[in-house]
Amino acid sequence: MPKRIAYTTEIEYIQILDEHANFDESLGKGTLRDDEVVFLYEQMSIVRHYDEIAFKLQRSGRMGTYPQNKGQEAAAAGAGFAIKKNAPGSWLVPCYRENLALFLNGLPMEKILLHWMGDERGNQIPDGVNILPIAIPIGTHPLHGAGLAWAIKYRDRVMNESRDNRVVISFFGDGSTSEGDVHEAMNFASALKVPAIFLCQNNRWAISTPISKQMGSETVVQKACAYGMHGIQADGNDIFAMYKVTCDAIERANNDNMPTLIEAITYRLGDHTTADDARRYRDPAEVEAWESKDPLIRTRKYLETRNLWDNTKQTALEAKAKQMVSEIVKNAEGIETPTSDDIFDYTFANLPDEIVRQRDTMHTHSLGQNPQQETLNAHSHAGAR
Amino acid sequence: MAELTLVQAINLALTQEMEADQRVLILGEDVGKNGGVFRVTENLQERFGEDRVVDTPLAESGIMGSAIGLAIGGLRPVAEIQFEGFLGPAYDQLTNHAARYRTRSRNAITIPLTVRVPVGGGIHAPELHSDSPEAIYAHTPGLKVVMPSNPYDAKGLLISAIRDPDPVVYFEPKRIYRAFRQEVPEDEYTVPIGKARIVEDGTDLTLITWGATTLQCIEAMDNLPEDLSVELIDLRTIYPYDLDTIVESVNKTGRCVIACEAPKTGSMAAEIATAVQEHCFLRLQAPIQRVTGFDTVMPYYKLEMQYLPDAARIGEGVMACAEY
Ligand SMILES: Cc1ncc(C[n+]2csc(CCOP(=O)(O)OP(=O)(O)O)c2C)c(N)n1
Ligand SMILES: [Mg+2]
Repeated sequence: MPKRIAYTTEIEYIQILDEHANFDESLGKGTLRDDEVVFLYEQMSIVRHYDEIAFKLQRSGRMGTYPQNKGQEAAAAGAGFAIKKNAPGSWLVPCYRENLALFLNGLPMEKILLHWMGDERGNQIPDGVNILPIAIPIGTHPLHGAGLAWAIKYRDRVMNESRDNRVVISFFGDGSTSEGDVHEAMNFASALKVPAIFLCQNNRWAISTPISKQMGSETVVQKACAYGMHGIQADGNDIFAMYKVTCDAIERANNDNMPTLIEAITYRLGDHTTADDARRYRDPAEVEAWESKDPLIRTRKYLETRNLWDNTKQTALEAKAKQMVSEIVKNAEGIETPTSDDIFDYTFANLPDEIVRQRDTMHTHSLGQNPQQETLNAHSHAGAR
Repeated sequence: MAELTLVQAINLALTQEMEADQRVLILGEDVGKNGGVFRVTENLQERFGEDRVVDTPLAESGIMGSAIGLAIGGLRPVAEIQFEGFLGPAYDQLTNHAARYRTRSRNAITIPLTVRVPVGGGIHAPELHSDSPEAIYAHTPGLKVVMPSNPYDAKGLLISAIRDPDPVVYFEPKRIYRAFRQEVPEDEYTVPIGKARIVEDGTDLTLITWGATTLQCIEAMDNLPEDLSVELIDLRTIYPYDLDTIVESVNKTGRCVIACEAPKTGSMAAEIATAVQEHCFLRLQAPIQRVTGFDTVMPYYKLEMQYLPDAARIGEGVMACAEY
C-alpha cells in the first residue's frame, strides 16, 4: 500500500461554565464544590483589585513596568487550585500573567509587587514554596520545568523518594510558543516521560503581535501531537474547565509519567504592560467583545443563581480586598532600601577576591584601582568629590 | 536641518535606506504597527508596507537565523532584537553563523546583516533589559559592533551598518533615546565604522568612552579642575575600534582613563587598556584607570544607579590618574 494516512488526531475543547453562566452539569460534576467556587471567586476578585492597584502604583511612579493579569484570572485560579488541592508541593514555573496560581500555592502577595518595584527580594521565594522566580525572558523557563519534572522522577526511581503526587506546571503565553526552547521542553518531557504540565495561556496577543501573525497553525494545542503528548484546549476564563483539565493532567503525570499541553483560551483585557498602549494596534471592538467573557462576571452569576452570593457579600468582599491590598502595598513599600552590598553578595556562594574588592571599594575609590597602589589611592581620596 | 532625538535619527536613517534600496527590509518583534517597543520603527510599516517591515513570531533565534537566510538571498535585512538580554536566544545564530559564513565559505557567502539592539541601563526596566554585553560580540571574530552616543552619529553609523558587506551589531543606548536633540542633516551621510570621535581636545589626560556613558563623562569633565585639560574620545565603533586615534591621544597626554557600563573583567575597557599599554608604554605616566560596571549581574533597578558609573565615579577615576 504505497499511500496511507500516516497520522490523524482529534483534540478536545472543554468548557463547563460559559460566558452566560450556563453550567454543563455532566462535565462539571465532581469538579469544584460550592465553597471552593466561592473561595476562588473571592481570590480572583482580590487579585483583580491587586492588579488595578499595581497599575496605579506604576502610573504614580511608585513602581516600574507591570504586566496586568486582568481577564486571565480564571486560568490561574483553576490550574493553581488543582495543584494546591491535588498535587501540593508541586513546582510552579511561571512567566508573569498567572499571579493567582502563585498566591494559591504559597507565594506571599507582596513578592510580586517587590519584583516589579525593581527589588530582587521579590524573587526570594520562601523556603518550602516550590515556585521559581518570574521569568522575564520569554519561553526560556519551560525547559526548567521539564528538568524539574525529570528530577522528581529521578528522585523517585533512583533515590526512592516519595513523589507525593507532585508534578511541575510551567506557564507561558501564545507568543512564547514561537521560541525554540518551548518546543525543546515539550519534546524532552515527552521523550523522557516526565510529570510535566505545560499551560499555555493563549490570550490572543504577544504585545502587538496577534496570534494570526504568531503562527500558521490554527491552535497552540495541536503542537502536542507533534511531541506525542496529550493536548487539551479549555475555556481559560472558566474556572471549572481549567480546574478539570489540570486535574486530568496531574493524574496523567502521576499514573503514566506523561506530560500534557493545556491551551487555555483567554484574552488580555489590559495593555501588554504599563509601558504599552494597546490602542495603537488593537480594535476596541475586539476588547469589548471579550469584556463580556470576563471570568469574574460569569463566576459571580453562577454563584448568584445558586444563592451562594449576594450584594452584601460583594460589598464585604470589596472592602476586604481593599484592606488586604493596601496592607500588601504598605509591606512592599515599607521594606528597607537594599544596600549596595546586595549588588555583589549574591553572585557566588564564595565571592572571588576581585568582587570583594569591588564591593568594598565602590564608595571610596574609582573602580579598577588596585588597593595595593597606595599612592594612587591616597591621591584619589584627596582629589575627588 | 531638523533637531532630532536619537530615536528619530535612527528612524530617519531607516526610512532613507529603505527609500534608496529595495533590498533593505526590517524584521523583528512588534516593529510593525506598534513601531517597536521604543517606537524606533514608528510609521515605517505604514510607509513601506508589511512586506518590508515584518512583525515576526516571538523568536530571536528565528529572527537572526532567517535574517541570515535573507542576507544570503541577496537582501539587506535590518533585524531588531527587542532588548540586549534577548540576544541570548539568538546567540548561536549570530556568533556561530552570521559571524562565520564569510570565513566558512572563503568569501563565497557573505552576510550583510544589521542587528539593531537597545542596550544599557538606567531606565528602571526589568531583568535582562539593562545589560551592556558589547564586549561579548566584539570578542566574536566576524562581527562589527557599533554604539552611537548622539543623534548625528546614530544616523550616519546606521547607514554605514546597513551598507556594510558584513554583519554589524548596532547597539542603541536606550537611556538616551530621547534624552536630547541634535541637528541632524536631512541628506544621507555616513559615519564610517572604525572611526572614533574626539568630543573635546585636551592635553593632560585621555578619557575614552562610548554610548550613553559619554554624557556622564561630559558631566564629570564639567566638575574637574580648570587647569586639567582632558581629551574625551567617543569610541563610536566598539569593533574594529579606532586604535590610531587612541594611541595618538595617549602618546600626547600620557594618561588614560576608560569609562563604560559593562562589567569590568573582560570588558572592552580591558582590551583598550592592553592596547594602550602595548602602544604607549614609554609615554604612560600613570596606571590606566577603568571606571566600569561591576563583575556582578546587573542589579534590579532599585540599585542600578549605584551600579552604573556616574559623573562622580568617573571624576574620581580621572583625578586618581591625573594626580598620580
Ligand atoms: C526572549 C524574549 N524576547 C522578547 C521579550 C520581550 N517581550 C516581553 S513579553 C513579550 C510578548 C509575550 O507574549 P506571550 O508569550 O503571548 O505572553 P503574554 O504577554 O501575552 O502573556 C515580548 C515579546 C522577552 N521578554 N523575552
Ligand atoms: Mg499572549
